[in-house]
Amino acid sequence: MSTPPVTDGHSHDEPVDENLPARDDLYANPGLEEHHWRPTDVDPKAEKRAERQVAALFTLSALCTVLLLVAYFTIDADDTIGGLGAQNLAFGLCLAGALLGIGIGIIQWARKLMADVEIVEYRHPAASSEEDRAVTIQALSDGLEESGIGRRPLVRNSLLGAVGLLGLPAVVFLRDLGPTNAQVVANPPFPGSGLEHTVWTKGMRVVRDVVGSPIRPSDLEIGDLVNAEPEALFNGGEDGEPMEGVALQVAKSKGAVVVVRIEPDEITPGKGRENWSVDGILCYSKICTHVGCPISLYERTTHHLLCPCHQSTFDLADSARVVFGPAARPLPQLALAVDDEGYLVAQADFDEPVGPSYWERG
Amino acid sequence: MRLLNRSAGRLSRHRRGPLAGLLVIIAGLLLTGGLFTAIVNTTAQADETASSADQVAQGRDLFLVSCAFCHGQNGEGIRTEDGNQIGPSLVGVGAAAVDFQVGTGRMPMAQPGAQVPSKPELFDDEETAALAAYVASLGPGPAIPTEEDYSIEGLSDEEREAAISRGGQIFLTNCTACHNFEGSGGAMPHGGYAPNLHETSARHIYEAMLTGPQNMPNFANGNLSPDEKRDVIAYLYSLREMPNYGGFGLGGLGPVPEGMAAWLLGIGLLVGFAIWIAAHTTRTNKKKVDA
Amino acid sequence: MDTSKVANSNTTTAATAKKPSKAAAAATWADERLGIATMAKKNLRKVFPDHWSFMLGEIALWSFVVLLLTGVFLTLWFTPSMGEVQYNGTYEQLRGVHMSEAFASTLRISFDVRGGLLMRQMHHWSAMLFIASMMIHLLRVFFTGAYRKPRELNWVIGSLLLLLGTLEGFTGYSLPDDLLSGTGVRAADGFIKASPVVGTYMSFFLFGGEFPGESIIPRLYTIHVLLIPGLLLALIAAHMLLLVYHKHTQWPGPGRTEKNVVGYPMLPVYAAKAGGFFFIVFGVTALLGGLLSINPVWKYGPYDPSKVTAGSQPDWYMGWPDGALRIMPGIETHIWGYTISWNVMLPILVLPLLMFTILMLLPFIDAWITGDKREHHLLERPRNAPTRTALMVALMTMYGLFWIAGGNDIIAIKLHSSINQITYFLRMAVFVGPVIAFLITRRWCIALQRKDNETLLHGYETGIIMRSPEGGYSERHLPLPESRAYTLTARERDPALNGGPEGTDANGIPAPGKGRLAGLQHRVRTLWYADNVQKPTPAELEDGHHHADHEHELQEGVEGHAADGHQFDGHHLVEDETLRNH
Repeated sequence: MSTPPVTDGHSHDEPVDENLPARDDLYANPGLEEHHWRPTDVDPKAEKRAERQVAALFTLSALCTVLLLVAYFTIDADDTIGGLGAQNLAFGLCLAGALLGIGIGIIQWARKLMADVEIVEYRHPAASSEEDRAVTIQALSDGLEESGIGRRPLVRNSLLGAVGLLGLPAVVFLRDLGPTNAQVVANPPFPGSGLEHTVWTKGMRVVRDVVGSPIRPSDLEIGDLVNAEPEALFNGGEDGEPMEGVALQVAKSKGAVVVVRIEPDEITPGKGRENWSVDGILCYSKICTHVGCPISLYERTTHHLLCPCHQSTFDLADSARVVFGPAARPLPQLALAVDDEGYLVAQADFDEPVGPSYWERG
Repeated sequence: MRLLNRSAGRLSRHRRGPLAGLLVIIAGLLLTGGLFTAIVNTTAQADETASSADQVAQGRDLFLVSCAFCHGQNGEGIRTEDGNQIGPSLVGVGAAAVDFQVGTGRMPMAQPGAQVPSKPELFDDEETAALAAYVASLGPGPAIPTEEDYSIEGLSDEEREAAISRGGQIFLTNCTACHNFEGSGGAMPHGGYAPNLHETSARHIYEAMLTGPQNMPNFANGNLSPDEKRDVIAYLYSLREMPNYGGFGLGGLGPVPEGMAAWLLGIGLLVGFAIWIAAHTTRTNKKKVDA
Repeated sequence: MDTSKVANSNTTTAATAKKPSKAAAAATWADERLGIATMAKKNLRKVFPDHWSFMLGEIALWSFVVLLLTGVFLTLWFTPSMGEVQYNGTYEQLRGVHMSEAFASTLRISFDVRGGLLMRQMHHWSAMLFIASMMIHLLRVFFTGAYRKPRELNWVIGSLLLLLGTLEGFTGYSLPDDLLSGTGVRAADGFIKASPVVGTYMSFFLFGGEFPGESIIPRLYTIHVLLIPGLLLALIAAHMLLLVYHKHTQWPGPGRTEKNVVGYPMLPVYAAKAGGFFFIVFGVTALLGGLLSINPVWKYGPYDPSKVTAGSQPDWYMGWPDGALRIMPGIETHIWGYTISWNVMLPILVLPLLMFTILMLLPFIDAWITGDKREHHLLERPRNAPTRTALMVALMTMYGLFWIAGGNDIIAIKLHSSINQITYFLRMAVFVGPVIAFLITRRWCIALQRKDNETLLHGYETGIIMRSPEGGYSERHLPLPESRAYTLTARERDPALNGGPEGTDANGIPAPGKGRLAGLQHRVRTLWYADNVQKPTPAELEDGHHHADHEHELQEGVEGHAADGHQFDGHHLVEDETLRNH
């Protein structure tokens, strides 16, 4: 049953690679298979039935559209059905019915009723004909020759230089997209601007987030975790009003802290940080040093703080050093003290930049 | 006289009838039950201040049987030689902690593991109250909250709305990092987890915040005031009552189940449709007759 | 093959001219002004081959249209501003809370605009479908070798579409400025800051100052609504144009060659199927939008740099870089007062760039390895290119493992395991897994090739067991039908590798100019084609058929008869029964 190879599939202008064998078909191409009709092609009753089916699908779609419009004007936003919002459910299902009805109907029309005899079309090589190519290359070289660009290097190079230079303004004009860190530090739009600073200052009270009340050491028990903020957020705006807008967001993004109370025996104070805690109460930056998510997953017994974003884990009893995960630096610690009225205050701003690392951080 | 005789005879006949015995028994039961209910007051007192010595004693008996093995005969905790803990000391944990742990079925712990899961409670309300009373007697600690502590029933509509709103902000600041935005739970290191809060009762939520069970930090009343705790609970309950506006919630776990649904349902359906569209339709062997 | 009777209509009688129809009048009007008849002539009855796997790109195309439609709806109500407002709208739980206008307008769309929530959800679902379908379309194109010449440029365009689609999705879901997506933007700022030298500058320029500033949402809006859709539209148009020009590839089979396309005409069948599929994609998106809640931003609340939720993940298509970021150990270098954050740079800046570049260059790498410079319009079954298939499966495995790492905390709570253990496992698995996947896939393909050859040489298994008079059992094999045998053999043989790179002399000395890379190319090519099972040679085919004929002789007694096992025991007559065949 072996057959001689059929004419190979190459066109003559394709590069012939000797390393690749000619296509050898072991069997001759049997050609398109004989066409079998569908029941709808041969049986008028089946055809009519298919027509009705398709029309029914389109009618169903129309019905769903009408239902959708009715639902739009009759269902309220707080209606529910089975614990789900009725409006969204009704709109979604009606719209889906309307669209699927048309889609499935058209497909059925194509599958059952439209002609389904396979037809053949010929391909052409992706490349143009040799003549066209030759003419084009000739035109190109004529054009280039007439322009003189090849013969006039002074003109050409000065043009290239000029055009290339024009690219610069396109980039430079984007300069005012924003200030640089150095500019922000030199001209702070609000207190604590710049990557190296936060709004914390000496004597600023540590207050509970959301409610803004200051904290006494006696308020906290061992194992407590307080999500806290600098007091300035609540009274650092104009006339002692709460901060708002951009200033508030920037201040929060660096000033948020967590305050924990740990059994003093379990704490290993950092070098030079022995007086940074108050009766086992420690305060760390809430902003992860990995890429900046706020952290407050605290495990009371292990005193580990876990960041939900990428699972960096810090040991708060040991200067918040990294014990697991992709963070590379411990959380900055805020030195605490107690003011005259007995509330927790910061001794100073953080001694290092808060948040994710950056090139100039040092 | 005649009337009496006649009716007496009738009655007499019924006294020996088949239903007579049954009626007597029913009457007797009703009588004793009614008398008992009227005379004996059986409502249990869960209030810390009203615990009686009996309750503490009952609690101690239960404790010795179910808890002392890990927590010690006097709740002092048991340590192994290497310093590991089998059961922590319960001195000073307070009735609230016990009510939470026993009430959610966490205690008695069935098997050791990274964390104690909640499971069907072993003790009923009365026994739980007794245990709580006993442990409270070991040392002063947080009391079981009353309903006024955690309910927003008595507030006006405006106050209620403000409470729910504030509770949401407090919840998002303090709780969602572990428990997720809807209270669906979250992962903690080494197999621990912050559990799902969807079915937890208000009282248990309050107690958990107050006592910081297992690895959960404390949110003592000096940290989150009772009003703030109440607001958080109000917010959580409002989430439970809220309908799912957009449809089925996919577990309230965020983008991960959403992505799974997009792939499995969305792409699955569409590829299914594609296979249908391009599939061969029914064929017949009949020939077409030209019109 | 006789091509003189190629059909181009479906009737069996000749078409007759009819009275000019209304359509013809309109067409004439247009042609007199636009000259479109020439272009239309070629394309109205253009042939498209029919296979379900060719429709995966259509899912992407139609979901893009759905995105445009639903997106325009949303822009009518969305306010891309970070100005602070206090909410006093319909959603009770956030009344009195300060938030950005962007978030407030999103709440308004969700609760106060009828159909707004549906449109938001449909927009988000179709974005996910858009990217998912691009990925499975990419896999289909790769596994069938459809990216080879002349379609390499289309592959490059497609890769760019995938990248742009991913960025579009990220900018899109960050627009509502909610807690979950805002956390993502915060992380993105961290990534930018970690870039060496220019990190802080780029961060400050993008955010208009320090994070979070008040410029990021309006800028993301411009990118999401104007810049990227413009690029997407242009690239999609180019992608479609190339597809029309090159014509679609097709599977080998009876009547199909490298020089033709067999299928259905654009008008009416293909247009109907494609148009109908558009409605189906739209309808399925509406179904998802109506039934399944997605991105319930009211539960997340507005973005606040001091708040976060457990289970903070980006949308699924950013899952794999997030996963890489999670399992990366915390390595940073501090030298000369500068910080190099390897822990962020490697998984977020280096890895995706590397993977994407490799993706874009795959057709050219393939061409370099195989040395194949011919045009290809017939598809290859994945099993017939074992190394190529295994390579992509290995890449998929790596992608999948990083993806799993992105959801490690959800997996930990759902499967009651430790996130630490999962992380340690995945750190090892992302290197080992792809290697194992590669080896297994390659062997599997080769095994399937062997099976194909066996079927060609010995026929297919009929499932009929014959028992000889001596008591031996054998299974009846029948030769494949001609069309099937042709299809299986309509593939190319791998090139002969003559023991040395081209351009070397008998002693293996490379010819000048073909130097270093030629040796490497030869070695890689050898590995690429190693162990591939070729289709039988004509001689082997002859042998196989002789062998089959011989077997048929032995079984002649039952040739053409049903073989139910009772042939020799006289239970019933089997004279007129015929064997099943395909």
